[in-house]
Amino acid sequence: MTINTLAKGGWNREQMACFRKMERVIVAMQDPDMGMKMRNQRLLITVIPHAMTGRDIIDWLMQKYNICEEEALHVGGMLVKYGYIYPLKEPRSLVLRPDESPYRFQTPYFWTSTRWPASELDYAIYLAKKNIRKQGELMEYEKERYSVLHKRINHTWDFVVMQAREQLRASKQRRKADRIVLECQEQAYWLINRPPPGSPNVLDMGLDKPNNFSSRVTLNSDYYKTEIENCKRALGRNRVKSSICLEGFVKYSEQYLNHDPIMQGCLPSNPWISDDTAHWTMNADMVPIPTRLRVERWSFSFVELLNDPMGRREFMTYLEKEFSAENLCFWQACEDVRHGENSRIVEKVEEIYKNFLAPGAARWVNIDSKTMDKTLEGIRHPHRFVMDDAQMHIYFLMKKDSYPRYLKSDLYKNMLAKAIVPQETKKSVFPFMRRQRHASPSPAQAARHGIEEDGQAKGGSQAAANSGGGSHT
Amino acid sequence: MRSPLTPEMATQEVQLNETLAHLKTESETLKTKLEEERAKLHDVELHQVAEKVEGLGQFVMKTRRTLKGHGNKVLCMDWCKDKRRIVSSSQEHAVTMPCTWVMACAYAPSGCAVACGGLDNKCSVYPLSLDKNENLAAKKKSVAMHTNYLSACSFTNSDMQILTSSGDGTCALWDVESGQLLQSFHGHAADVLCLDLAPSETGNTFVSGGCDKKANVWDMRSGQCIQSFETHESDINSVRYYPSGDAFASGSDDATCRLYDLRADREVAIYSKESIIFGVSSVDFSLSGRLLFGGYNDYTINVWDVLKGTRVSILFGHENRVSTLRVSPDGTAFCTGSWDHTLRIWA
Repeated sequence: MTINTLAKGGWNREQMACFRKMERVIVAMQDPDMGMKMRNQRLLITVIPHAMTGRDIIDWLMQKYNICEEEALHVGGMLVKYGYIYPLKEPRSLVLRPDESPYRFQTPYFWTSTRWPASELDYAIYLAKKNIRKQGELMEYEKERYSVLHKRINHTWDFVVMQAREQLRASKQRRKADRIVLECQEQAYWLINRPPPGSPNVLDMGLDKPNNFSSRVTLNSDYYKTEIENCKRALGRNRVKSSICLEGFVKYSEQYLNHDPIMQGCLPSNPWISDDTAHWTMNADMVPIPTRLRVERWSFSFVELLNDPMGRREFMTYLEKEFSAENLCFWQACEDVRHGENSRIVEKVEEIYKNFLAPGAARWVNIDSKTMDKTLEGIRHPHRFVMDDAQMHIYFLMKKDSYPRYLKSDLYKNMLAKAIVPQETKKSVFPFMRRQRHASPSPAQAARHGIEEDGQAKGGSQAAANSGGGSHT
Repeated sequence: MRSPLTPEMATQEVQLNETLAHLKTESETLKTKLEEERAKLHDVELHQVAEKVEGLGQFVMKTRRTLKGHGNKVLCMDWCKDKRRIVSSSQEHAVTMPCTWVMACAYAPSGCAVACGGLDNKCSVYPLSLDKNENLAAKKKSVAMHTNYLSACSFTNSDMQILTSSGDGTCALWDVESGQLLQSFHGHAADVLCLDLAPSETGNTFVSGGCDKKANVWDMRSGQCIQSFETHESDINSVRYYPSGDAFASGSDDATCRLYDLRADREVAIYSKESIIFGVSSVDFSLSGRLLFGGYNDYTINVWDVLKGTRVSILFGHENRVSTLRVSPDGTAFCTGSWDHTLRIWA
């Protein structure tokens, strides 16, 4: 019909993939055997063939994909939003209604993917047609756009008007039913490609990511040489049988099931649901008595124990009793080097040498001679990773020896015995009485004052969880 | 104007092209061989192993909070370690074109600073202040500098180091205090869109995903790519480690989420459904790793049973793309950010 002057290159790949998938659904819907049953729809006094109801669409989708009604309504709704199906009644409302409202398939000529992107010229012709056909048929926003276009492509305006008149003349030759259908199709196309102000633009791409053909990385010989090296190394890699690895996932999920609030809930209640912050208060970094689940978790792995500030403190207490606390101190000091500021590496490494490695050091750590020699050599030119080997040696020493003994110790067993198991609180008796929500103190505040505050209500600080006007289900 | 090629130069150029083509072929051959090797030890599927596991019951999660504070598309969010606070970033209100997209943000482990960046090609760190009137922008510290947009950032185990990924195809590790580049990671063939740090004991690796459909695992110390996976059919928008650190999940524009096992060195599960047409923007695991949450470009959240491979639930609520999704540090809820300008907390 009109000249599409824009080349097909530069499409957003992600959108195109979605269009193709939606088109496959549409084709399946129109399959003569497995597709939808069509019928004639009466629109005022005209009968439109090959139409279907919103109900039909939803039922078909539910059946085909084995999904519930809500999801079918959503999927069908997307097909309407993207213009593959358009409504006959209330054509400006691109919504799928689960009732007897009539819909039709958009002709492939007007699929967004076919004519992408929509051209300004075509839009001008479309608006011109509407303007000529019936004075005042243009909506306010269309009038504005029409005049903007008129200014912008003024030089081709004669062509625009001529094309518009030509198309109108051609359409008059058609049967009324066909004419109405064509008008509906064209209108649906433009509602999507030039949405009215205020309505969402489904074709909004966001940031333009380049397609593979204009890569920002030069695929030169260096790139391929690295790829080859990586592949060769990967080929020599030791792999573990799937059956063993996958069993690991089953075990892990099982072990942590009771600790997963989304899966099993949490005690006394999930603060996000009940508005009661007791769960957070009871599980704050430092509490007089920890919860049972928390103490149990320390036995899952050495990492779990160390990651919990309270667990770490308990472990330190145990090590002090065993006169091997220097190991944990050493490990912590090495962590500090690894993750700290560049500028303080030298100073920190010196401290470590003085305190832990020098002959006669106050807190001398027992490392094997090979690692010790290598570390001492490395300390001459300290860098971020110079303590790695020694740190790993001590870490595994604690993991294999001290940690298992800690778990068998009275210290741990007593902690476990007196740990709290919170009572589950039911939802508040008066459902309409919402609890007050308070902001928690900002960690920045705690750092500044150097005091650890618990989760108790203290107003005035940043409260991301309570920003104003938030609605709540 | 190029000077006309001499016969010598012409030969050299042809030789170079041949060498490049030769290298490319060799690379591709090796990759095929690698896939064959990986398949050899694959003796069982995840869902088969999971047959003995109890199925999940009825799943009810609802929006518990809706946060309306942004005037534009929410692009990214991160939780504070205090389990209650979040930081989020959005596209600054721009009249003509998106020139100030803040696509990445991260909370510092101490809770005293946030890092963010985007189309400015930088990652900047802002100390958090209690004084609402204080001009935070003045205190901002520019840390990372890439040659293209910043797609993701994350603090490592402390406030002192930041890991970034960029549209320039690289990832990088930076010292916050000095802004010095500590290590750069080259190996992606196109924009890198996401990254996640491994929760492993010896904590020295991270995974990244990009527009080249590759997910790469890196050694932070040496800068080397130690493992690479290329099974997605489109851009990888999000990567997230399984809580044990033995695997990671990815979400892609190809509308699938996938699970890659690091010890088996292969993809072990695909989470997809015929009725799911639109790409995944963001993924995260529940605390036990049993559930995988995916935020999608069709405004929904799909919840997957990681072990059985089935879709447990679909959540509606957002009115535009879900652009970011993170589970809270204690696993009590997850937060989504959307192009509909809001954030939602689900529990």
